[in-house]
Amino acid sequence: MPSLTSFLFVLVVVLDLLVLASSRLRGAIRTVALQGALLSPLPVLLATGAHQTIHVIALALGALVVKGLVIPGMMLRAMREASIARELEPIVGFVPSLVAGAIGVVAAFTLSGALPLPIAERHALLVPTALATVWTGLLLVVTRRKAVAQVLGFVVLENGVFVFGLLLSDFMPVMVEAGVLLDLFAAVFVMGIVMFQINREFSSLDTRRLSSLRD
Amino acid sequence: MIRAAISFVAFLALSPLLLGVVNRVKALFAGRTGPPLLQLYFDLHRLLGKGAVYGVATTWVFRAGPVIGLAAVIAAGLVMSFGGAPALVAFPGDFVLFAYLLGLARFFTALAALDTGSSFEGMGAAREVTFSSFAEPALFLCLVVMARASGALSLSGMLGDELAAAWHVQGPALLLAAVALLGVALAENARIPVDDPNTHLELTMIHEVMVLDHSGPDLALVQYGAALKLFLFGALVVRLTLGFPIASPALSLLAFLGGMLGFGVAIGTVESTVARLRLVRIPQLLVGATVLSAFALVLLLR
Repeated sequence: MPSLTSFLFVLVVVLDLLVLASSRLRGAIRTVALQGALLSPLPVLLATGAHQTIHVIALALGALVVKGLVIPGMMLRAMREASIARELEPIVGFVPSLVAGAIGVVAAFTLSGALPLPIAERHALLVPTALATVWTGLLLVVTRRKAVAQVLGFVVLENGVFVFGLLLSDFMPVMVEAGVLLDLFAAVFVMGIVMFQINREFSSLDTRRLSSLRD
Repeated sequence: MIRAAISFVAFLALSPLLLGVVNRVKALFAGRTGPPLLQLYFDLHRLLGKGAVYGVATTWVFRAGPVIGLAAVIAAGLVMSFGGAPALVAFPGDFVLFAYLLGLARFFTALAALDTGSSFEGMGAAREVTFSSFAEPALFLCLVVMARASGALSLSGMLGDELAAAWHVQGPALLLAAVALLGVALAENARIPVDDPNTHLELTMIHEVMVLDHSGPDLALVQYGAALKLFLFGALVVRLTLGFPIASPALSLLAFLGGMLGFGVAIGTVESTVARLRLVRIPQLLVGATVLSAFALVLLLR
């Protein structure tokens, strides 16, 4: 069934791979913003019961604004302030990290069928997409050197958690979802301050500098 | 059978026109009038009337290269299905033959380039072979995706009427395969994100540098073979994206030719708007295409 929903899920995974392959931070941030925007209609598309329409629409709008506009905007601003344009030498190169991401995607799609879920699956591609996106975020956080790219990985990770949370959106109260979004917001905020400090201290955003000791 | 023969003749006759369309689109983007649409036909006619010059270092391999290259590409056209028409030759597993006939053409082009003893041509041959080894897994994964989605093992079946049903069931996977195949087509035909067909700067050339020493009729064979190869890949991409069945053969052929025109415009647009990649970034593009097609296969298999 090639519905709009499956196309969206597949596109989200393709964007994961695109972020892994891109060295330009501006492009990567835009890609993640697009991914967040693509995720936002999913609560509406996957909604089953009509009893929570307002909740579902609020969730979709909140995701669109926070993931598609606010966080990418903040990151672009941080990038401008720190005047860095690209990730030059990641710990794992772009082709190897793309291959590692692909292995994660394949593993997510083949293994997710074996996972026991407490409730029925909403969509056949939901769990594998969530796992693949979380894996991508993890790879970005671990393998990139620039703080902006690491924050980007954290945002991707949260996108995956968001997809997984859709599984439970009938049970999950608004407050929990708002909490998740707030967490992310606070994390990006704190990372922004940290980035500013790293940048002022070392006039570079290279996190390797943090491990060298000084008086 | 008649339908297959008409499509095959169209393949042989219209391939140079496709390159004319690409060049015209590029000229329009650049604000030029551009060469006439039939320029490649004039070039081929002119080159066939000339004599060939052979270097003293070359052997029969150099003379055989263009002939075998063109013959292999035409033979690959025999098993290819154009726009849903059955191929002239079809048997289960002919997509492997298709891929390796193109491989044979490339092998002899590279061999002829090495035979000249020129260091530039050797460099071009090394690059061409390296990048095609990245493109081959992507091409095969795409073909396997199509075979799996349509349940057929020959190109005629894979690109036949079952394709429409396959789109209904496996739309996302086929779309991914089409995108990956477009990337492979750009790389295999030395188009711009990978290689610039117009450049004559030795340090950046990949495909063009290999045929520098060919002249006269040999160069005509090489250029015609390149046009045929672009048409073959175009036919694959166009049929995969426009997979709907059309009852009337004439209308179906028209739709296919319209699709090929669109393919030419798309290639010209890509060439005019995208910058050429640095050599070290090309494997990344092709690995990306491989990853996309592997993902498509995973979507099909789960």
